[in-house]
Amino acid sequence: MIEMKNVSKWYGTFQVLKNCTTRVDKGEVVVVCGPSGSGKSTLIKTVNALEPFQQGEITVEGISVGAPGTDLPKLRSRIGMVFQNFELFPHMKIVDNINLAQIKVLGRTADAATAKSMALLKRVGLDAHAQKHPGQLSGGQQQRVAIARALAMDPIAMLFDEPTSALDPEMINEVLDVMTELAREGMTMMVVTHEMGFASRVAHRVVFMDAGEIVEDAKKEDFFGKPRSERAQHFLSKILHH
Amino acid sequence: MDFSFLNQPAFSGGGVYLDWVISGIKWTLLVSILGWIIAFSVGSVLGVLRTVPVAWLRVPATMYVELFRNVPLLVQMFIWYFVVPEIVPQALGDWLKTKMPMPEFWNAVLCLGFYTASRVAEQVRSGIQSIPKGQTNAALAMGLTLPQAYRHVLLPMSYRIIIPPMTTEFLTIFKNSSVALTIGVLELTAQARQISEYTFRTFEIFIIATVIYALITLTVTFSMRWLENKTRVPGYIGGAGK
Amino acid sequence: MFTGFDFEVIQKSLPYLWEGMQFSLGLTLLAMLGGIFLGTLLALMRLSSFKMLSYPAGAYVNLVRSIPLILVIFWFYFLIPLAMKKITGNPYASGIGPFYSALIAFTMFEAAYYCEIIRAGIQSVPRGQVSAAYALGLNYRQATTLVILPQAFRNMIPILLTTSIILFQDTSLVYVVGLTDFMGAAGKIARRDGRLVEMYLFAALVYFLICYSGSTFVRRLQARYNVGR
Repeated sequence: MIEMKNVSKWYGTFQVLKNCTTRVDKGEVVVVCGPSGSGKSTLIKTVNALEPFQQGEITVEGISVGAPGTDLPKLRSRIGMVFQNFELFPHMKIVDNINLAQIKVLGRTADAATAKSMALLKRVGLDAHAQKHPGQLSGGQQQRVAIARALAMDPIAMLFDEPTSALDPEMINEVLDVMTELAREGMTMMVVTHEMGFASRVAHRVVFMDAGEIVEDAKKEDFFGKPRSERAQHFLSKILHH
Repeated sequence: MDFSFLNQPAFSGGGVYLDWVISGIKWTLLVSILGWIIAFSVGSVLGVLRTVPVAWLRVPATMYVELFRNVPLLVQMFIWYFVVPEIVPQALGDWLKTKMPMPEFWNAVLCLGFYTASRVAEQVRSGIQSIPKGQTNAALAMGLTLPQAYRHVLLPMSYRIIIPPMTTEFLTIFKNSSVALTIGVLELTAQARQISEYTFRTFEIFIIATVIYALITLTVTFSMRWLENKTRVPGYIGGAGK
Repeated sequence: MFTGFDFEVIQKSLPYLWEGMQFSLGLTLLAMLGGIFLGTLLALMRLSSFKMLSYPAGAYVNLVRSIPLILVIFWFYFLIPLAMKKITGNPYASGIGPFYSALIAFTMFEAAYYCEIIRAGIQSVPRGQVSAAYALGLNYRQATTLVILPQAFRNMIPILLTTSIILFQDTSLVYVVGLTDFMGAAGKIARRDGRLVEMYLFAALVYFLICYSGSTFVRRLQARYNVGR
């Protein structure tokens, strides 16, 4: 479904992505991990062209992301994305946050959009908060709304960019639970995260990045069982023993 | 202090000096408000253009702002009034010089409007730039086009954030409207001076003008504070910290 | 329609324009120094816990900031001769000359604006710094002059300079009392020789070059400050 071939990206002379090649198949959950500054957030943002790249090729269901003629809004509307800082729109009520793109991009009627939004809010357990503004919700609640907002577009795949990094520890699980359930239902997911527990329970494959390179791209069992590279071993020992 | 001169017949115009004061207030408000309509609309467009990722739109907007900000208002007033009719095509120049109704008034409105637009543009730009990049990313990621992202996400928040500095800018154009007296608009300051010359009640009439300016300033300040409270987003605590 | 831009009229009037420019620059510089000094005093008064100090300072600043500069200039041109008569006791005392009248008007006007900038600057210095200064045994004056103001001014230099560039533009308004600053000089020649187009465009160009260089310099300064933090 998502295929990346030799993707490279520079900021000026600094190379942030070096020949990255990987893929996410339909129904697969791929966790991308690595130390901070390793380029994992940049990598996931190239998938829906929020970050342009200079070399290589990315296709989503056969459509080239980097090609000049690609209808990016249409492509993006089919891929859901969840951000580290939630990025709900503070001036809109919760339900309007979820309605916005359904109405403006998919052309749904206000009634149809609201029905869908309310159903999704119920699913993430927040239907009682539909008329509030984002600032009145906790971080964990906001992130669950953000997931509902992405799901409202009936996406073919979901991108998660460190969805729990900005959360207080006690709120991390409510978000991970929603993600786990999504994965069980067969959603195609690419997840940048430090939550190795989530990775070992839910992921099919793990991609390990360091200094802009994909160092390891392995089945979950292989990655946690016997990581080949020294860098991955070092990373795992640090993250698991603290 | 003796304010009885206000009821004395004025030197010209048939009324009493109080009528001169009221006429001065009228022209001050007319110049300020019409100028502000130009400043707000032109400034908003320029401010947005200064933030778009398209160089051929951004560069001319930047040049406009730099040009109008770095030449004194008085000089601009004289250029609109004395120079522009000479350097535009002859037919238009003749019309400006002989047929245009109330040339002093309209030149003052245009001058103040286009001058203040450069200051409004800076406020709009900094308002947009104070919104975290993630908000734009989130809007684009759900398939909105860039104009839609401005319309539904960036501008509604920016305009709320910049209500206080925009109030200052309106008060600036209101006070700057007195510069119109240099090309012959009989606004409040001009009337105050004129009345002082005819009645020698300088102290009294200056006090009256000062109190009127202060009262209008107070009224505007409090109405805008009311507007700020009315449009406040529940639970939102500024853009800081992200 | 206007034809034939006459450069000669500008060239011939350069010495006279330069005199006007010296007036403008001198007025700007002195009003800036006076305004910042007075503005600092006003800011300290506004921040004082004595209402006897903070209320009058607040009233002055808010009043001056709500009226046009031109009206302020008229006010002082009216008040200064009256004050001179009172002070000297001579009913025929004529004032202090146009330059000093303008200087006083601009200083008093700008002080209100500088005051608000300086007040914000002082408030931007963390409370902990004040506590630390007192904990070391410094008194109010020492804490203010040695610890608070130096930090506050360092943060404020860019915006103080920006305000001063606007002050330089504002000095052109001495036109309303007939003084010969740079703009006044340009205007007088423009009307004498009937060359309004040349003189006003030339004046605009000169103001633009000075103010643009000034604001570019401030931007550079600001960028360097931000790196240093």
